[in-house]
Amino acid sequence: MNQEPEQIENERLEIKLLLEAIYLKYGYDFRNYACAHTKRRLEHRLNVDSMENYSAMQHRLIHDEAFFNTLLLDLSINVTEMFRDPWVYSKVRELVVPHLKTYPFIKIWHAGCSAGQEVYSMGILLEEEGIKERSQIYATDFNELILQKAKQGIYPMDVIREYTANYQKSGGKQSFSDYYTADYDNVVIKQSLKDKVLFSSHNLVTDGVFGEMNLIFCRNVLIYFDRELQNRVFNLFYESLCPGGFLCLGSKESLRFSSVADKFEVVSGREKIYRKKR
Amino acid sequence: MFEVKQYDAVVIGVSAGGLAALGEILPQLDKRIPVPIFIVQHVSPDSDNFMPTHFDSHCHVSVKEGEDKEPPEKGTVYFAPPNYHLLVELEKTLALSVEERVNYSRPSVDVLFDTAAEAYGDKLIGIILTGANSDGALGLRKIKQFGGLTIVQSPETAEADSMPRAAIEATDVDHLLPLSEIGVFLNSLLMDKGA
Ligand SMILES: C[S@@+](CC[C@H](N)C(=O)[O-])C[C@H]1O[C@@H](n2cnc3c(N)ncnc32)[C@H](O)[C@@H]1O
Repeated sequence: MNQEPEQIENERLEIKLLLEAIYLKYGYDFRNYACAHTKRRLEHRLNVDSMENYSAMQHRLIHDEAFFNTLLLDLSINVTEMFRDPWVYSKVRELVVPHLKTYPFIKIWHAGCSAGQEVYSMGILLEEEGIKERSQIYATDFNELILQKAKQGIYPMDVIREYTANYQKSGGKQSFSDYYTADYDNVVIKQSLKDKVLFSSHNLVTDGVFGEMNLIFCRNVLIYFDRELQNRVFNLFYESLCPGGFLCLGSKESLRFSSVADKFEVVSGREKIYRKKR
Repeated sequence: MFEVKQYDAVVIGVSAGGLAALGEILPQLDKRIPVPIFIVQHVSPDSDNFMPTHFDSHCHVSVKEGEDKEPPEKGTVYFAPPNYHLLVELEKTLALSVEERVNYSRPSVDVLFDTAAEAYGDKLIGIILTGANSDGALGLRKIKQFGGLTIVQSPETAEADSMPRAAIEATDVDHLLPLSEIGVFLNSLLMDKGA
């Protein structure tokens, strides 16, 4: 059975309308997200819930908020891990921490923090470097459900082996098991790592600056945005950083072709660590 | 009436045995080949992605790792980076994603084929090579549905034959070719024969 070109065009039109409906009804703006990825996630939901077509999906999400919340989870890719790309954390220790140590008070923002693994990894690093007590971490995501998980800091036991290996490769100085307590199937991140973190809802597409940061981590979020939206967010980060503040992006993300490229210097190319020029 | 069809891109999916299989095909490709070629080769998440560098120095075409938002160029081979899915956007730029594994794989052949079919429609050639799983079978079927050309390495010539067999099972493929003929076939199909 071959797909008729017109049918394909019609389907794309339906998806456009669906994204418009999400924006008008719930205020979440996916219109400038990378399309190929959005289409795949919507198709996944269409198949799982055996829906007729995207117009039917649009009707349902308008009338059924619970269904929209499911769709929101589908669309926000929450895949994450502790000390993801361990070599990035060792570079942060080596090149960023010495500068952080010169500040009496340190503010760090994790934008798109997902279920919190990245945030607690940073907490461990700060503790081991002896600067946690004078740090404040802001951890934000636009997905409330995932933020709840992040606050709890409870992760399944079966990923801990991988996290432990990452921790060791990242230049960790203790035993990783010092940082959690284990019950049967889960581990719970220890309270002292949570004390310095403020979790809150923040949408990078629609919300603005909320403080002056010394370091911003925003990893594996911007690959889902189109260029225009990326530039908006890069500007937001520029405005949110103190002079000489650091920005760390995901391993496959870059400032190179962005509108703020000349306002930052490259601290470490492979690790995607940048510094706002003074 | 016989119509010569133009193609705008090639996608290749390959798993176990890929180094040898691609080592047979890629060096044969003519450097003036007028389309980009996208490859998903299953590799371990923390691999250093030796393949693009290796093949770049052994091929006439240029070979590199695909980057997010990169506009693909003809005569160039793009590998999916380890631990990222490689996608093609409708406006024919590359995209990367860290979403869940598909068929236990990231990068996944199905993800590339699915999105490339959307972007290139009937101007796409899809090729499944050696591999010990069934990733790519659904993707190849979609390429066929969208009017593209489908090629599978004949299972007898594959180091691991489950991936080719799964693809043949799922789709009425256009060409079953022995490994040694695929590169030559692509050249003859894609190079301008000068009228
Ligand atoms: C792939 S995760 C990255 C998690 C973590 N930073 C890492 O690299 O492991 C992407 C996160 O970005 C969040 N996100 C997507 N769009 C967003 C937006 N517009 N504003 C805030 N967060 C967003 C998603 O909810 C998801 O938790």
